[in-house]
Amino acid sequence: MGKDSILQAIRQNKPAGRPLPEIPIFPGREITPTEQFIKMAETGGSQILRAAHVQEINAMLKNLFPEARNIASPVPEITSTINLEEIQSPLELEQVDVAVIRGHLGVAENGAVWLTESACRHRILPFITQHLMLLIPETSIVPTLHDAYRNIRINDEGFGIFIAGPSKTADIEQALVIGAQGARSLTIILTAF
Amino acid sequence: MIDHAEKAAEFIRDEPRTDWHDESLWFIRHKRDKASQDVPEWEQLRELASGIKDNVLSELDHYLEQFEANALQNGVQVHWATDAAEHNRIVHSILKKHGVSRMVKSKSMLTEECHLNDFLAEQGIEVVDTDLGERIIQLREEPPSHIVLPAIHLKKEEIGALFHEKLQTREGATDPGYLTEAARGHLRQKFVEAQAALTGVNFAIAETGGVVVCTNEGNADMGVHLAPVQIHCMGIEKIIPKAEHLGVFIRLLARSATGQPSTIYTAHHHRPRPGAEMHIVIVDNGRSAQLGRSDFRNSLKCIRCGACMNTCPIYRRSGGHSYGYTIPGPIGSILTPGIDLKAYSDLPFASTLCGSCSDVCPVKINIHEQLFRWRQIIAQEGYLPSGKKRALAWFGKIMARPAWFRFTGKVARLALRILPRPFLYNRFNEWGKARELPEAPRESFQEWYKKNRR
Amino acid sequence: MKVGLFIPCYIDQFYPQVGIATLELLEKLDVQVEFPANQTCCGQPLANSGSEQEAEPAYHHFVDLFHHFDHIVMPSGSCTYHVRKHYDRIEQTAEVQHVRKNTLDLSEFLLDVLNLQSLNARFPYKVGLHQSCHGLRGLRLGPDSEQNLSRPSKIQTLLNMVDGIELVDLSRPDECCGFGGTFAVGEPAISVKMGKDRIADHESKGVEVITAGDMSCLMHLEGIIRRQGKQMKVKHLAEILNGVQL
Repeated sequence: MGKDSILQAIRQNKPAGRPLPEIPIFPGREITPTEQFIKMAETGGSQILRAAHVQEINAMLKNLFPEARNIASPVPEITSTINLEEIQSPLELEQVDVAVIRGHLGVAENGAVWLTESACRHRILPFITQHLMLLIPETSIVPTLHDAYRNIRINDEGFGIFIAGPSKTADIEQALVIGAQGARSLTIILTAF
Repeated sequence: MIDHAEKAAEFIRDEPRTDWHDESLWFIRHKRDKASQDVPEWEQLRELASGIKDNVLSELDHYLEQFEANALQNGVQVHWATDAAEHNRIVHSILKKHGVSRMVKSKSMLTEECHLNDFLAEQGIEVVDTDLGERIIQLREEPPSHIVLPAIHLKKEEIGALFHEKLQTREGATDPGYLTEAARGHLRQKFVEAQAALTGVNFAIAETGGVVVCTNEGNADMGVHLAPVQIHCMGIEKIIPKAEHLGVFIRLLARSATGQPSTIYTAHHHRPRPGAEMHIVIVDNGRSAQLGRSDFRNSLKCIRCGACMNTCPIYRRSGGHSYGYTIPGPIGSILTPGIDLKAYSDLPFASTLCGSCSDVCPVKINIHEQLFRWRQIIAQEGYLPSGKKRALAWFGKIMARPAWFRFTGKVARLALRILPRPFLYNRFNEWGKARELPEAPRESFQEWYKKNRR
Repeated sequence: MKVGLFIPCYIDQFYPQVGIATLELLEKLDVQVEFPANQTCCGQPLANSGSEQEAEPAYHHFVDLFHHFDHIVMPSGSCTYHVRKHYDRIEQTAEVQHVRKNTLDLSEFLLDVLNLQSLNARFPYKVGLHQSCHGLRGLRLGPDSEQNLSRPSKIQTLLNMVDGIELVDLSRPDECCGFGGTFAVGEPAISVKMGKDRIADHESKGVEVITAGDMSCLMHLEGIIRRQGKQMKVKHLAEILNGVQL
């Protein structure tokens, strides 16, 4: 009843057909995508580092999070303390201190990184972890969201997300607080591999 | 009936607090300006967004059917609700099926509109709002005062006192970092315990059958990826045709809302996670009727960024609660008359028609022109206060009769000159309560012209 | 070129000096300007209150008075906007269309029709420009702070032709003053608060005179200034361009 009556009302009330506009290609910026990405990501509260080899990441983790006890990563080269393949319920990930995940691409205009479900192994991982580290190839950075959507297929997997910084809120008197419900920090590693 | 003027006067009585509220929102408007100026094609994007929404409204039935077919294909369960009551029943039936007694919810203006929380509470289901601002007002048992910044009307001292009482924070503690950390701990517990999670929808993509949800806190994702049942509730107007259109709308949304280049999390949900269920509830609740009102249909283009509230000089000085509806401010004032013309007949008059809302709107809704049009309908339907109606009828008669106009003007000027002050400044003179009347000249321009130029 | 001058009702009754300044300025610029008798009101106060129908006789009266002029000029962005935008509700005869197309705010007439380059006027004061909303966002007389479009500001261009004038930058360059027609009496608390806030912005920048293209905004601001016993003055754009002195 709901569906038919709603669609019926829409058909009766909708205006005459209007064409769907084309999205043009917008001119590029003077600043390079990588420079802009770093600038925007840092403005959004992310920390940017570079790595030439995947093995460097383990050392970085020790440096950045010396206190971390539980490290979870679907990236095989990362030394994890949790075997994500054995996790039955997402609730078991509540104690994760640091998660390391591969991103698919970076967006220069907002410092966001696209990740997919398969790269996270569990959808909850980038949110429930206290600290998040994302790896993206420096060459993957595109200038705008338009470019990003041309380079990904949002329904390839059941879930995909752009993450543009650590979880934040300004709900108390507009004061910016980092670390609301999701990860308290975001470190993005621009990789050469 | 909402008496906006009275509620606004009450709000303004505390002038320093009014200034604080005004400045907080102006600061966000200013951040929005800077963020929009960082995008050289900003005005082009607004035009595109408006054009895409024009197309959506003209083919809404097709897009909804396409969306449903694709969502079903993705393994999502799709429900349709004609009105708020049906929406609430549908959500309840999903929860009942799974024996849910605790649900977490991220921000959804639609569920506020449908009063879902109250309904579920009556059925014995605990609903916890997980956006920090929403949680604050939920604990205070009051409605949001802004669609993006639900607790913008509150001071940190008030939130500190609330958290001390409800979350056992230190007495007198007001530091936003400390209070947010306390809420984080409290909400993590709620996320873990929840048996279902519900979110609103920012965009629903017809071509892929998926929904996009934008948050800064990550609360929507904490909810839906932990609970075994995930529910997304959306108005019929949330549809966009293709994935590529997300580029246009997401570039506009957060910049317009808070001045950020995008929200921290922009989540794209297409299929339930293994072992879990995903539901989408598509809600009309008066929207298809609004689609039939040609002067007002493009209010359905709204992407709920709140920029029209932040820019509105009246909203900033009267607060969201003075509008008496879930969606306050300029956009609320053009949506509400379509819901209940009599009850909200005051709101289209709570504006100077300055037009700032229309120019700030990322989808170019002609808000101030619609306010003007609603005023005509309210007057035609007889909902103007009777004194005002009589005065306007007289004014109309005088303005069509030059001799009457000259005569009335002369008498009024004379009265202003010779009457003692108490006759002019009394409780019937709303102008004169805080303003002087203009000094009345002996001669009108027309009288001067007759003497000096003819 | 036949030019008809319209003087809005409240200017006619309360601010004749603004009408006189407008007329004198046009005469100085050798414009053949005529002021048709029997003028009343453009009908805006009625329409903005929801009574468009009651305003229709005023619309017809206006068109009858002015349709034989090449241009209709008025010292008000707001009334100009009303004629151009809202006279769409009456039958669109050739006369109505002509009037709607050729009704101009004073600043538009001076710059777009007369192509005015310079003026012989002096006003050695610190001046704050109040951007009246209908002129700014309705007629697009200048850039507004919401849109990222560059268009020259007509009123500023004209004020810059005045010798000795010092135009100040405001913290909020184009926020509404809170007049809003019947809003001023329908929502008096907010209306006055908005006016006070605008005045405070001008005051903090040391403004001596507030000017605007619309006298209605200035009537409201002046009412508050006088009640608060402040020294600031208000002058319509036409007065300053016509060489008024304090």
